[in-house]
Amino acid sequence: MARQSSPISVSFRRTDTMPTPSSSRRRLGRPAKSRAADGVVRSIIRLNGWSAIVILAAIGIFLAYGGMRALSEVGFWTMMSGREWYPTIAEPRFGFVPLLIGSAAVTITALLLSMPVSLAAAVFISEFAGKPLKEVSKSIIEFMAAVPSVVYGLIGIAVVVPWVKETFALDSGLNALTAAIVLAFMIAPTIVSISEDALHAVPNELRQGSLALGNTRWQTTYKVVLPSASSGILAAVMLGMGRAIGETMAVLMLTGNAARIPGSLFESVRTITGTIAAEMGNVVQGGLHQSVLFTLGLVLFALTFFINLVADLVLERQRKRWRR
Amino acid sequence: MSRIKQARMIQTIAVTVTGAAALFVVSAALFLLAYIAVRGAPAISWEFLTDVPSGQMKEGGILPAIVGTLALTAATAAFSLPIGVAAGIYLSEYAPRGKSTRVIRLAISNMAGVPSIVYGLFGLALFVILLDFGKSILAGALTLACLTLPVIITATEEALRQIPSDLRQASLALGATRWRTIYRIVLPAAAPGIVTGSILGLSRAAGETAPILFTAAVYYKRQMPDSIFSDVMALPYHIYILATQVTGRPDDIIWGTAFVLVGGVTAISVAAAAWRSTQRRKVRW
Repeated sequence: MARQSSPISVSFRRTDTMPTPSSSRRRLGRPAKSRAADGVVRSIIRLNGWSAIVILAAIGIFLAYGGMRALSEVGFWTMMSGREWYPTIAEPRFGFVPLLIGSAAVTITALLLSMPVSLAAAVFISEFAGKPLKEVSKSIIEFMAAVPSVVYGLIGIAVVVPWVKETFALDSGLNALTAAIVLAFMIAPTIVSISEDALHAVPNELRQGSLALGNTRWQTTYKVVLPSASSGILAAVMLGMGRAIGETMAVLMLTGNAARIPGSLFESVRTITGTIAAEMGNVVQGGLHQSVLFTLGLVLFALTFFINLVADLVLERQRKRWRR
Repeated sequence: MSRIKQARMIQTIAVTVTGAAALFVVSAALFLLAYIAVRGAPAISWEFLTDVPSGQMKEGGILPAIVGTLALTAATAAFSLPIGVAAGIYLSEYAPRGKSTRVIRLAISNMAGVPSIVYGLFGLALFVILLDFGKSILAGALTLACLTLPVIITATEEALRQIPSDLRQASLALGATRWRTIYRIVLPAAAPGIVTGSILGLSRAAGETAPILFTAAVYYKRQMPDSIFSDVMALPYHIYILATQVTGRPDDIIWGTAFVLVGGVTAISVAAAAWRSTQRRKVRW
């Protein structure tokens, strides 16, 4: 959006710096005072404007700093390729592979469960629902996103764990599948609302053109609207994936937390996030184990950073495309 | 069957299938709300809200957790509101159109996607260890403030963008400076949007567990916090502890706590949204 006030600000600055010979000696009058205040405030506000970049950089720096000891004593590739996670035995093994596989298993399953339903729901809400229905369902789904993750974990324990245990005749309902089912619900609001935005952003002329050619609403949707919104939908799925990888409490409460490479979804797994949350409370301050957990956090941060970055770039491109 | 008939049939099927999917997601959300209400509401009593936990967490109330969560949220607001609102003002009113602004925007939306446990680690490294605040309201609130910042910035920017530029130009034409225009004209007009968006962000922060795991929350504490350097109990952490660490789970206490947390967060969000819409109806450009 063009900032329409900018030409004014230019002329403003000019009067601002116009030198009057004795201005520095004279006591500042009201306009001069408020002009000075204007400059001070401008720089304070600009400083705050950069806060997001500063914090993001600080997160990376402090995680790397915390992980330094592990990176030099154990080595990054030893951790990334190690297949065993025994952090507290006499000769500890810090292999990330079981944790990476745990996170991947839970995330991919959750995505596969959530994607078809969430995308279909987004299509219905954007293309077929009337206005009141649209508003109501959007705010109900928004509520779903506001429920704390620990509450999802609790409901998972009360409802999904017994269901999975009985349905698949298992000894325990705490496994990758249970966590993935709950996660699928948790990421649904993200996928629905962002892909609904993407569908909504497709200009109406395109729909009208297609309908005028005799296509039905559905033909219009899947031949015209969906392809036009495809990049936004991709971004929605990626953001849902980022959310799923980073989700901590529900996963910690539902996976059973066995740190070994699982043979199937019915086995207990331990995720990256679950490991950090469960173990960070019991480590020696400044110890190797703590440093390894910081490294693990750094891996997680890098992973979600790139997923989010790509998704945001895709969304940005799409926004530009329709702005013409 | 003619092609037109076939196309119409497929259209009906498509609407039914996608409609069913939407219905499924919406009913999942409603189920969530109803389930928490049905299981949690019976546990609520005056004693439950005003007593300290007792009998190894199996009896008593949740007062320290309520107070802890309120203290954490209030402190979070104190840190994140000034910075977040200022950053939103920068993006809407001052930022040049260019590469640096684009990078800032990308950073903000990226920050919103950083996992909450990563914020927890960051808070542990910076606030708890390096700055030596220890496990405290201060460290926890600073951590939660980082997490809430992108929400507040985005809400502020959106609210400011809704204000028509005629208002700004009129004020500038009368000789007001840029800041005076923002402070006296633009901000008051945008206040409902900013406040509501911030409340939504803060209520989400109130429900977070992972960021306060290592920075603020403790398992059990009878005393009320007496300074920002006290550690506290918190509602979401209390739910986690009751659900996973306490054997012989006292069901009504867990669900009562969940009900207080979800009910509180939802009530505040709904109230904020309702207030915004009444404000919107009052002012028309």
